Amino acid sequence: MSGAVDTGVAIRTNRVTRTFIYLFLLLFALFYLLPLAVMLINSVKPLSEITGGNMMALPDVWTFEPWREAWSSAQIGVQPTGLRPYFINSILIVVPAVAISTIMGALNGYVLTKWRFRGDTILFGMLLFSCFIPFQIVLIPMARVLGMIGLAGSVPGLILVHVVYGLGFTTLYFRNYYSAFPTELVRAAQIDGAGFFRIFYRILLPLSGPIIVVTIIWQFTNIWNDFLFGSSFAGQASQPMTVALNNLVQSSTGVKAYNVHFAGAILAALPTLIVYIVSGRFFVRGLMAGSVKG
Amino acid sequence: MGLLDISNVTKSYGAVEVLHSVDISVDEGEFLVLVGPSGCGKSTLLSMIAGLEGITSGEISIKGRTMNGVHPSKRNIAMVFQSYALYPNMTVGQNITFGLEMHGTPKPEREDAMNRVAEMLQIDNLLSRKPGQLSGGQRQRVAMGRALVRDPDVFLFDEPLSNLDAKLRVDMRTEIKKLHQSLGTTIVYVTHDQIEAMTLSTRIAVMNKGYVQQLGTPKEIYDTPSNVFVATFMGSPAMNVFPSRIVVKDGAPHAAVTGHDGVEQLLRFPQPNLAAWDGREILLGIRPETITDPEGADRNADHIASLRNHIGVTEPAGSDTFVTMTLGGRDAIARMRADVTVRAGEVFDFAVNMDKAVAFDPKTEERIQP
Repeated sequence: MSGAVDTGVAIRTNRVTRTFIYLFLLLFALFYLLPLAVMLINSVKPLSEITGGNMMALPDVWTFEPWREAWSSAQIGVQPTGLRPYFINSILIVVPAVAISTIMGALNGYVLTKWRFRGDTILFGMLLFSCFIPFQIVLIPMARVLGMIGLAGSVPGLILVHVVYGLGFTTLYFRNYYSAFPTELVRAAQIDGAGFFRIFYRILLPLSGPIIVVTIIWQFTNIWNDFLFGSSFAGQASQPMTVALNNLVQSSTGVKAYNVHFAGAILAALPTLIVYIVSGRFFVRGLMAGSVKG
Repeated sequence: MGLLDISNVTKSYGAVEVLHSVDISVDEGEFLVLVGPSGCGKSTLLSMIAGLEGITSGEISIKGRTMNGVHPSKRNIAMVFQSYALYPNMTVGQNITFGLEMHGTPKPEREDAMNRVAEMLQIDNLLSRKPGQLSGGQRQRVAMGRALVRDPDVFLFDEPLSNLDAKLRVDMRTEIKKLHQSLGTTIVYVTHDQIEAMTLSTRIAVMNKGYVQQLGTPKEIYDTPSNVFVATFMGSPAMNVFPSRIVVKDGAPHAAVTGHDGVEQLLRFPQPNLAAWDGREILLGIRPETITDPEGADRNADHIASLRNHIGVTEPAGSDTFVTMTLGGRDAIARMRADVTVRAGEVFDFAVNMDKAVAFDPKTEERIQP
């Protein structure tokens, strides 16, 4: 038997298996995309087509009116404001909360690995413990604390809650990342005359790209999707998107405007999607940068 | 009082003392090598000189100024790390000048210093590259450049060659020695490689278990090791150390050595003090290269003793031939000329240069002073 025949067989089996693999993948992709497709299709239909016809059918009349309505004129709460102000609230909460918790997590990880002190593992263990505490347990104590420091029902109050809850995770990520970071680099920088913060932002931070992206994705998704804290601690003027979406969908007066609800739900999911798509790219790039050899 | 004074320095972690009262004084322009097996405390001592580890007791001073509690960047030292510790996010040029930048040196001066050092180390064509794009040897040069550019009082090297392959290691070794000779800098160098220690240093401190076992020139360390540890640690193959007995015959001490057949042979031992050990057990230390064939013996030696022994294995290594045998019940190695005609299994008359032999007290393992 010659080598050429062997290769031919190998390629053929490979092609067959590959076809199966791709079919399989395609099937699952369709399965997972189905809900999104239904939402998209029905968000561009007039309501009459939904109530009178098929959920799966493409619209006869294409309209973006439901999107406009969901964004700027749907009745949520007292005023017909649409989701826009709540979207802005969510941004105002998420961006500072993600930034603060990521920076503090990075500093914690830096101290816990490169500036070790007595009891640091115990402290880290306690921080880690916060990852396992169910949200519901802290609702009442947190409400008390927010009331005492005068942040109840406000955007800064929600930022504080999310930072406190996020710290355990961000610290865990950065600590594990930095523990694999060569300590000799820190020592070399010390001898070179760099201080605590200088070492952090000149040496460690520029090399933390991948873990920063991971942390941002994690924190952004969690905080953006949070409903419990938003509905518990937000005031009328500081409700986040998720709470507003719930109010929109759950409102019991009049006809249920499914097309508007679908459009609103997509609007609520959009930022996390964008974060995944955009930073996922950077994430891969960050990982590749270290692995390329000269 | 030297440039760098380490006086009565100890280091403890909790209740465990890992360095026991170290006293070393390094003069300007000296190349001191701290050598020992892993865990002997040599790297800890270097870190203490650098200021990366605290001093439990005692004092370290540079140029007469005490360094206890002084920040690493204010000691005017530079350090080359085992892993090179180059900043991966900076170019070679930025790596070299980072220390100067941190010390507030103006940019034009930094560039001048960088170019001077880069030229000296022949890395001027690499200045805009990142460390990830460099080979091991190039990274090593950059690490040295980063140390040189600061023009420090003392250079500290922490096993700088152990990550290089064998050939490059020998090349870089020569280069470091050249650099030391041309610049006349003061260097403290840590290694576990005794050949590096012998070739580079002007003085060696052999360390074990947190104690400085012996401090001296390479020749002193090699020829007159102060104890069995130093004798066997320095030199490759290691010094043959085996049990023997002192017998005074015709008024002169002899070492009674048993070969393969268990019969004692008397080798004249030209150290008169050993007469006091008449009839007592000692540990006899003989370097492999001082056991030869009679023609290969050192012509300048005063006391060549003859030793008849059975040849175990011969190992031709190209430049030398190693011959193993049994002495005093232990394996021993002789290092002979490459073209010597010996065959495994035969009985051979070896020539032993007893001028170079050393005797150790079997209880303390310390050398018996001649």
